[in-house]
Amino acid sequence: MASRSVSAEFIKGIWKENPVLRLLLGLCPVLAVTTSVENGLGMGMAATFVLVCSNIVVSLLRSIIPARMRIPCFIVVIAAFVTIVDLVLQGFFFELSKSLGVFVPLIVVNCIILGRAEAFAYKNGLFYSLIDALGMGVGFTFALAAVGSVREILGNGTWLGFPVPPFTAHPWIIMILPPGAFITLGLLVAGMNWITQQQDAKRRQLAREARLAKGGTA
Amino acid sequence: MGIAQILLLVLGAILVNNVIFAQFLGICPYLGVSKKLDTALGMGFAVTFVMTLAVAVTWPIYYFVLSPETSFFNAFMQPEAVPDLTYLRTLSFILVIASLVQLVEIVLRKVAKSLFDALGIYLPLITTNCAILGVALLAIQNEYNYPISLVYAFGSALGFILAIVIFAGIRERVELMDVPRAMKGVPIALVIAGIVAMAFMGFAGLGG
Repeated sequence: MASRSVSAEFIKGIWKENPVLRLLLGLCPVLAVTTSVENGLGMGMAATFVLVCSNIVVSLLRSIIPARMRIPCFIVVIAAFVTIVDLVLQGFFFELSKSLGVFVPLIVVNCIILGRAEAFAYKNGLFYSLIDALGMGVGFTFALAAVGSVREILGNGTWLGFPVPPFTAHPWIIMILPPGAFITLGLLVAGMNWITQQQDAKRRQLAREARLAKGGTA
Repeated sequence: MGIAQILLLVLGAILVNNVIFAQFLGICPYLGVSKKLDTALGMGFAVTFVMTLAVAVTWPIYYFVLSPETSFFNAFMQPEAVPDLTYLRTLSFILVIASLVQLVEIVLRKVAKSLFDALGIYLPLITTNCAILGVALLAIQNEYNYPISLVYAFGSALGFILAIVIFAGIRERVELMDVPRAMKGVPIALVIAGIVAMAFMGFAGLGG
């Protein structure tokens, strides 16, 4: 356990095991609320808060929660934090709460959160669970912001509300509408796959050259 | 509400406000089990069953227990003393849906073995299907009355079946196509979903 580096646990959620772009979890909010960067960031932070809190609680209670009853227990913990987020958003960020709509209570069925509780927090100590949750949360927010950026710039000609010159003249309305969400996410996932495949190919190439240099056969 | 309006509500839920293409609910099972036509149909029927049942149970819970105006506490309490439990909506709904799915599984195994064999493997997956909880929450948010809520849930579920079946049909063909390596699997499926969603936008405005 001691050999695990904290930064590796954190970074894996952002890139190698990005919950949205690599593991393809929790896609509903990614498609639904990313009409603008602002909504995407709001959703990402709300989900990150729930993820961090539920991972902490599940990790602390992991010796008390019986294995057979773990899923209902996780759901109650998650639902409690989702209710808190829902009420805070309604009280202090009413506009954001209105534009996220039903997707705030739906954080409770977001597979990322239940997935991390089951796969990580239930088996690991408090500190690593916290780091894991933070990494996954930042990865989720990053993916939401990326999809939101593409859709807002192309569909509305703005980024976080600031006009982006070449796109302001002819915004592609379709990018703000549902089809744009599917197409943007599909192309972003394809881009991630492409980068990984290039890296794999390069690593294989280097390994082959190393073998050849040692005088072996390719 | 007349028959014509009910029909319009069903058509609207299937075509205009399709759960997948317009509301983005239930994307995980939509991408996960749409590789073959028969598994897609099985998932679709399981969702229809549970979605209608879930709304049938959560609607009375909201109006008779949680909502302060109409809850059963009114029968024996002063109106000022009635507790406002609406903040328990998310928690109570997800617990009810999770136990409902378990119950349906147990009952089906005893009563209708053939139906259980057809839907069995999809039932546990449905608990975390956001379409179920989403439609239950939307029926409350749209302030539908009880029969209309049931019709809305059933119509939404039919929309889910339509979406997943169309998509499975396309995906079975795409499997045989020469797709760029990075686009294989989910990316191409998402792009196709975007194009199908564009086709569904043609229904916008239908039925007002």
